[in-house]
Amino acid sequence: MAILTYTGRRLLMLIPVLLGISLAAFLLGRIAPGDPVDEALFRIGVEFPTEEDRAEMRAQLGLDRPLPAQYLDWVGRALRGDLGRSYVGNRDIARELMTRLPITLEVSLAALAAAVVFGVGGGVLMAAFHGTWVDTVLKALSTLLLSVPGFWLALFLITVFAEQLHLLPTSGLDRGLASLVLPAVALSAANVGSTSRFTRGNILAQLGEQYIVAANAKGLSQKAVMLGHAFRNSLVPIITLIGNYFGGILGGSTIIENIFAIPGLGSYVLSAIQNRDYPVIQGYVLVTGATFVLITLAIDLLYLAVNPKIRIQGGES
Amino acid sequence: MTLRNRQNLKLAAVSAVLLALIGMTVLAPWLAPCDPLAIDMSNCLAPPGRAHLLGTDALGRDVLSRVIHGGRASLLLAAAATSLSMCAGLVIGIAAGYCGGIVDAAITGVSNIFQGLPGMVVMIALVGVLGSNTRSIILALVLTSWVGFSRLVRGEVLKIKAEPYIEGMRGLGAGHLRIILRHVMPNIRTNLIILFTTRVGRVILSVAGLSYLSLGIQPPTPDWGEMISGTARRYFRSAPHLLWAPGICIILLTLSIHVLGDLLRDRLDVKQDAVKEL
Repeated sequence: MAILTYTGRRLLMLIPVLLGISLAAFLLGRIAPGDPVDEALFRIGVEFPTEEDRAEMRAQLGLDRPLPAQYLDWVGRALRGDLGRSYVGNRDIARELMTRLPITLEVSLAALAAAVVFGVGGGVLMAAFHGTWVDTVLKALSTLLLSVPGFWLALFLITVFAEQLHLLPTSGLDRGLASLVLPAVALSAANVGSTSRFTRGNILAQLGEQYIVAANAKGLSQKAVMLGHAFRNSLVPIITLIGNYFGGILGGSTIIENIFAIPGLGSYVLSAIQNRDYPVIQGYVLVTGATFVLITLAIDLLYLAVNPKIRIQGGES
Repeated sequence: MTLRNRQNLKLAAVSAVLLALIGMTVLAPWLAPCDPLAIDMSNCLAPPGRAHLLGTDALGRDVLSRVIHGGRASLLLAAAATSLSMCAGLVIGIAAGYCGGIVDAAITGVSNIFQGLPGMVVMIALVGVLGSNTRSIILALVLTSWVGFSRLVRGEVLKIKAEPYIEGMRGLGAGHLRIILRHVMPNIRTNLIILFTTRVGRVILSVAGLSYLSLGIQPPTPDWGEMISGTARRYFRSAPHLLWAPGICIILLTLSIHVLGDLLRDRLDVKQDAVKEL
């Protein structure tokens, strides 16, 4: 029962966020410079439109109606999978985005996995060796990772691993896992840095709690106290944090896709920006926003597994 | 050496690095050996040498001079955008925390929506649509980072508002403005400073990322992010020095800002979870 309450509440919380994302995407098209009526006329070959032409096109595009009605109209079409056609090439935007989404997801989820494995793993190591040189070195390393721009790291990794050592491919995704390594590492570096620092801080805070003294007193091994008690209890905030990072990873993948010539959403939106292809940019915001929300939801449902309070009481918020 | 002394020493060292970098960008016109915009096509992609200490780029421009100038635009932009976000967050956060009730509920609802938006995606789309000028970059940065500040401020204000001494002040007839300015503000100052520090580091990286996508600082203005994307990216195989110099500057700048934030946190003994690890 509590599980249902929790899931239901989480699903309800999705609604305003999804509304916000769709509103942001819709408004992007409205604040774009240039008159969409003139541009639409120009695209069908009318270079010097009369007032009548413009009024007709305005009605045809629905731009003569009030803004809320336009928004509802736009959302309605988006929900049916119609995001319009791109200015350049007159292609179906929704279909193009959907063929590219899996590619971006592959790279982003690989980066997320790297952030979890190395970030949480590094954080646990730092906490376990708290106060020794291992902690010092890893802590310095994680702060460094936090400060390196992803695009610089990507170029650096290409120079070392692809150009000098010839271990990994420089671009594309055609060599399976091997071609995912460099993009994922470059994309996750900053998140590995902050996740490991956060994990360390959280576990250390847990280690100061009374129940740790009790666990030690009843003779549990260091490992059992660390992993079974301190780490387990620090998991909830760590999971929240990692969920939030996914938004950064999705956005950052634009840069990484550009460097590694990966044909995902990022390279699509970048060329759309160059061509002032606004409907594509709107679609990009809508699709990445919705993806982000759904992935965060999936991660939040992990709470059910790690936090017995939610399983029993339904959680607070 | 006591812990305090060691902290002081570290703090001094980090501040020195940071001040040196800021000093370099501020005094750039006087420090740079050459004009960062002067093109010399007969001398392009020269390796580091006596005439050009860090070599030249694809247009024959002096890399050292461009590196020295390269922090100006993005540092200014980052400082301005973060200050604006902090001010917005401060006002909104105090309004939410202090007024409570329906105001708080409305603001929290809106901030939840903003927090649900993937920041970098919104930034790229907004700057992409509005065009890459200072105004739209600052707008994009503020829209994506005010929530962090307002949440922190709101939480702190809620905590302070519950203190008995605030009730005492009210009993003594102090006005709301006086309580906010004289009692609430000083209490959130340290946390705000620390959040500001970590945010500036983040924003510098975001601006560099935007510049890398040619959505940030526009050429020919020398900028570290743009330098890496502009020429370094095409020629880094044959001329790796183009990648190193601006990269090390960005890393050194953000690293010293992050370390400064950490040290301030230790030094000012911040216990609040909100800023513990950002």
